[in-house]
Amino acid sequence: MGMTITEKIIAAHAKKGHVQPGEIVDVDVDGVFVHDVFGPAVIDEFKRQNRAIWDSSKITMVIDHELPAVSENAGAGYQKMVEFSKASNIKHFYYGEGVCHQVIPEKGRVKPGELFIGADSHTVTYGALTAFSTGIGTKEMAGICGTGRIWLKVPETIKFVINGELPDGVFSKDLILYIIGKMKADGCVYKAVEYSGTAIEKLSMDARFTLANMTVEMGAKNAMIGFDHTTKTWVEKRGIKEYTVYANDPDAKFEEVHTLEAKEVVPQTAGPAGVDDVKAIERVRGTNIHQVFVGSCTNGRLEDLEIAAKIIKGRKIADYIKLIITPASKSIYLQAIERGLIRTFIDAGALVSGPGCGLCYGVHGGVLGKGEIAVCTNNRNFSGRLGHRDAKVYLASPATAVASAIEGKIADPRRYLRG
Amino acid sequence: MNDKGKIWKFGDDIDTDQILPSQYLVLPSVIEMSEHAMEPLMPDFSERYSAGDIIAAGKNFGCGSSREQAPAVLKEMGVRIIIAESFARIFFRNAINLGILLIELNNTEKISTGDTVNVTDSEVMNLTTQKTYDFIPLTDFLKNIVAKGGLVNYLRERV
Repeated sequence: MGMTITEKIIAAHAKKGHVQPGEIVDVDVDGVFVHDVFGPAVIDEFKRQNRAIWDSSKITMVIDHELPAVSENAGAGYQKMVEFSKASNIKHFYYGEGVCHQVIPEKGRVKPGELFIGADSHTVTYGALTAFSTGIGTKEMAGICGTGRIWLKVPETIKFVINGELPDGVFSKDLILYIIGKMKADGCVYKAVEYSGTAIEKLSMDARFTLANMTVEMGAKNAMIGFDHTTKTWVEKRGIKEYTVYANDPDAKFEEVHTLEAKEVVPQTAGPAGVDDVKAIERVRGTNIHQVFVGSCTNGRLEDLEIAAKIIKGRKIADYIKLIITPASKSIYLQAIERGLIRTFIDAGALVSGPGCGLCYGVHGGVLGKGEIAVCTNNRNFSGRLGHRDAKVYLASPATAVASAIEGKIADPRRYLRG
Repeated sequence: MNDKGKIWKFGDDIDTDQILPSQYLVLPSVIEMSEHAMEPLMPDFSERYSAGDIIAAGKNFGCGSSREQAPAVLKEMGVRIIIAESFARIFFRNAINLGILLIELNNTEKISTGDTVNVTDSEVMNLTTQKTYDFIPLTDFLKNIVAKGGLVNYLRERV
């Protein structure tokens, strides 16, 4: 029987010719990463195991969540990660380079065909590079740091075929919110989720990362997008020449196949009651807001900033509205400066912060007070996630977010993008 | 096995920011974090909960972030068993790795806060309503990790 891309990558790393959904296998891991929220706990767990480090060249440390240090404990945590990395000869240590899920692909730390594990739920993002990647907790991460292995249950694959082309003003963020709205927060628990079809083939890598990133909000184990010319150009530009390309067998089995036409999708928002509280823009347009956040591992990439700048150029944000823009990485920040995007944002009245997770982690970078309402481009709006538990968060694309900042209320971005 | 406990019942899609909000992840120990368990849903949960009480919930318990501190605070308080209609994937692994027994049960709407249940290897008996519900036990592989008290002990024996 044929295998899916996900099954093939798992089989190769289990050194087996064939695997099938439901099977539990022990796999070799190609790379791992840990960020500052869980780094100190991983180090403590690792030391408790009393093992030598598996392979320091395959471990990446990223300081991005609580950066610059938001508390004394955060500062002490960094120091612990620095000391451990020095002692263990971990050279891939990134402070202030940006959000892990942008920095890891950008630095070539994950390649197509690899099996990559991170101590963070949004590790599913690298499925956009046709890699198998997923998140785990701290104990298991410490386990991999000592063994290079982990057990995985082979997931069934749910496939989405999206045909056509997304309309103007509609982005991959709208597409993934639309899909989450249909599937709900538990619609793909434990599953691999694959995206294909002509609409996906037309997406840039930046747009594909957004799609893969939010796949975990349906409970998925991993996201998968097939390898094509766009993937090849992106990875080779980053100096990655050697990698393995996997494709679905013609008789691969999918547990479910959902087909939709891209032209049906309009700008979407999710919230305020959870990531699957998804509504078309018509239903929420006009809702008064206090703040807008553009950034995160979901939508803080160059393409996102370019779209935001295109809409806001020559305009001002509404009175008393706060617009916070946090580029996902230092490299994106620099390119945004060179292209004049940062100037455009500042002229419009935005506050531009240094690269990192920013507000998305909910402890700095624009934490919401009681009763505040925000439009944000990140991936989660759980009660209390971005501040007070009575704050309301609507997730949206950068275009919708910035259009909302201009109007001071939730706005349809399409009127700013015509012609 | 035979394990009896009082139920604390929660709804669907209980995310890890409800089990342990982000702002408490910077506290220096799981003991201090555990004072804030379930705080957004029930601010005095950590005072009202007694070790050995059983947590029950609807679908997709533990969705959201990968923070192992979410099951860790529950374990710290004395949670040995969680019953839910389904669990989010990372929470599932983390809880098993900490030695918490997870039970996927279709009928959690028949279990309410304050009920007393008795859990065996394949049945949950609600002693308050006198109804019994079957569940499919964990595979032997996972049961073994729970029986060893979690992943660390399991790996230690496997060296």
